[in-house]
Amino acid sequence: MSLGRARSVALLGLTGIAVDVEADVTTGLPAIRLVGLADRAVNEAIDRVRSAVANSQLAFPAQRLTISLSPAALPKSGSAFDLPIAIACLAATGVVPSAPDDGTIFIGELALDGRLRPTAGILPSVLAARQLGATRVVVPSANAHEARLVSGITVKGVASVREAAQVSGADIDVVDVAPLRHPRERTGDDESSSAAPPLPDLADIIGLDAAIDALIVAAVGGHNIFMVGPPGAGKTMLASRLPGILPPLTEEHALEVATIASLVEGSRREVHLATTPPFQAPHHSLSAAGMVGGGPGIVRPGVATQAHRGVLFLDEAPEFATNVLDSLRQPLESGMLSLQRAAYSVSFPSDFQLVLAANPCPCGQASATNDVTCTCTPVQRLRYLSRLSGPLMDRVDIHLTVPRATTAIRDELTTVTTTAEARDRVLTARHVALARWGGTCNARVPGTQLRGARYKLPRPVTSSIDSALHRGGITLRGYDRALRLAWSLADLDGTTTPTTDHVGRALYLRKGILQ
Amino acid sequence: MRNRQLGVRGEDEAVGYLSARGYLILERNWRCTQGELDVVARDGDDLVFVEVKARSSVKYGHPFEAVTPRKLARLRILTVLWRAAHPDVTGTARIDVISILLPNHNDADAVASPHIEHLRGVFQ
Repeated sequence: MSLGRARSVALLGLTGIAVDVEADVTTGLPAIRLVGLADRAVNEAIDRVRSAVANSQLAFPAQRLTISLSPAALPKSGSAFDLPIAIACLAATGVVPSAPDDGTIFIGELALDGRLRPTAGILPSVLAARQLGATRVVVPSANAHEARLVSGITVKGVASVREAAQVSGADIDVVDVAPLRHPRERTGDDESSSAAPPLPDLADIIGLDAAIDALIVAAVGGHNIFMVGPPGAGKTMLASRLPGILPPLTEEHALEVATIASLVEGSRREVHLATTPPFQAPHHSLSAAGMVGGGPGIVRPGVATQAHRGVLFLDEAPEFATNVLDSLRQPLESGMLSLQRAAYSVSFPSDFQLVLAANPCPCGQASATNDVTCTCTPVQRLRYLSRLSGPLMDRVDIHLTVPRATTAIRDELTTVTTTAEARDRVLTARHVALARWGGTCNARVPGTQLRGARYKLPRPVTSSIDSALHRGGITLRGYDRALRLAWSLADLDGTTTPTTDHVGRALYLRKGILQ
Repeated sequence: MRNRQLGVRGEDEAVGYLSARGYLILERNWRCTQGELDVVARDGDDLVFVEVKARSSVKYGHPFEAVTPRKLARLRILTVLWRAAHPDVTGTARIDVISILLPNHNDADAVASPHIEHLRGVFQ
């Protein structure tokens, strides 16, 4: 009888694909059929759409209704298709004029009363819509702020399906309804609700000066770091203070972080552009799918992607399953995760700074200076840290021993480093590095540029790592990583190129424990 | 029994509607152990089994929505039973559904004037 159309976007990871929603009303007993590889959440859209339309005092067709989502072979997931399905149905019954494609994309989940709920994945969908040439997106009003982070596309936030129909040209009155908001958000004080909780300060840490220095070096170059020490030494405290001393995210990086946050928790909280790097500290029971992404239906990003542009902290690293740890090798090398499935493949950005912490042995008491309290056998000790595979450890630049602090009292002689001071030093040094390499930090500089004619260090300076490489003490990748670390040390000291001392310290930081 | 009266009035209206369109009414309210056929009629070569749904408003959904796949399956069984009971009647069987909205002064949501919709050959 009549056909209605609306456009939307399906997400495969963070990549958007244009989806045409068609609704066809034909004579026959009332029945609704949805075709186009819809998952459970999309199939349930039928019931939400029917109630939402009926409760909005709009006519829902009491005839045979066929809804098609194309491309038909692309798996579709999630509740964001509710709104385009509703608009297509209203177009089929003639409530909304069936205009030719006017470049409008509809995204949003419906409540049964006809209002629109905050929906996950709005930001990546709007980015994709712009890329696909759309000129306007219609989104739930709770997500309008998030959608406006994307420039170059008109964003229309609507509170109800009735308003969405009117925006699409329907000749109806809009009943004013209170828009549905994210659960945690309070009305009226946007500023206070969006402010992040204060980060813990470096000044809380006593008696770990060497460890703090190493942490600052890691922050300057974006180096991965491995901390070994007895329980209670302060490894977790150190790691949790790393985001505070890292440089703030650039606008571009903040948008990447917000895009991932939108996909993961866009339906639960409002997504803002945050300048603090993300910090992810998963429990060691984490599965490989939880780490790199997975799940039923469309693959969801894992912890490694949620830590993108930030810090991934694995406390009690040897307790993680070895396949979970080794799944990090690809993102550590390329900053990307590519996941293949039978029907499709997705890539997630996954450029994080890895922080590992471990006890030296199962009982945790082994140490170079005072070994008497350790009750572990030599074999147990050997096995414990060998769970961290060689290829993984080779990608970690700083190996740090965190000793148990011998004093809890702070006197005039102890130096206190605050987060603010450390961050100033990191910012200055990072600025030098970014200017030198043209926008990348030391840890991400390609080996060819590092060893290229312009930045090649003279032979006498590199003699210590040259001989370590010659002896087989470090790999060629380890050689490059030691060089990068030397640059970070030089940047921190304010010298233009690394000296023999910097290279020596870099080698020491790299081989600090596992001798 | 207001609903029962509504049903009878609806069937009367449906029979009038079908007769006006040249249908020959063969039987009304044929009952057996499996259930009841509202109207059996002849439309040219077709033997038409009609289910009539009468309502006074669409407050609880359109009358057509009350014809569930399960009811439709039972209608199909009834057509076979009717044909077994009338071996002399020939023709191609067809199942139609008629929806009737009738004014009712007892119902505040009722429609103002009668409204008839006819779906032909609903069994697919």
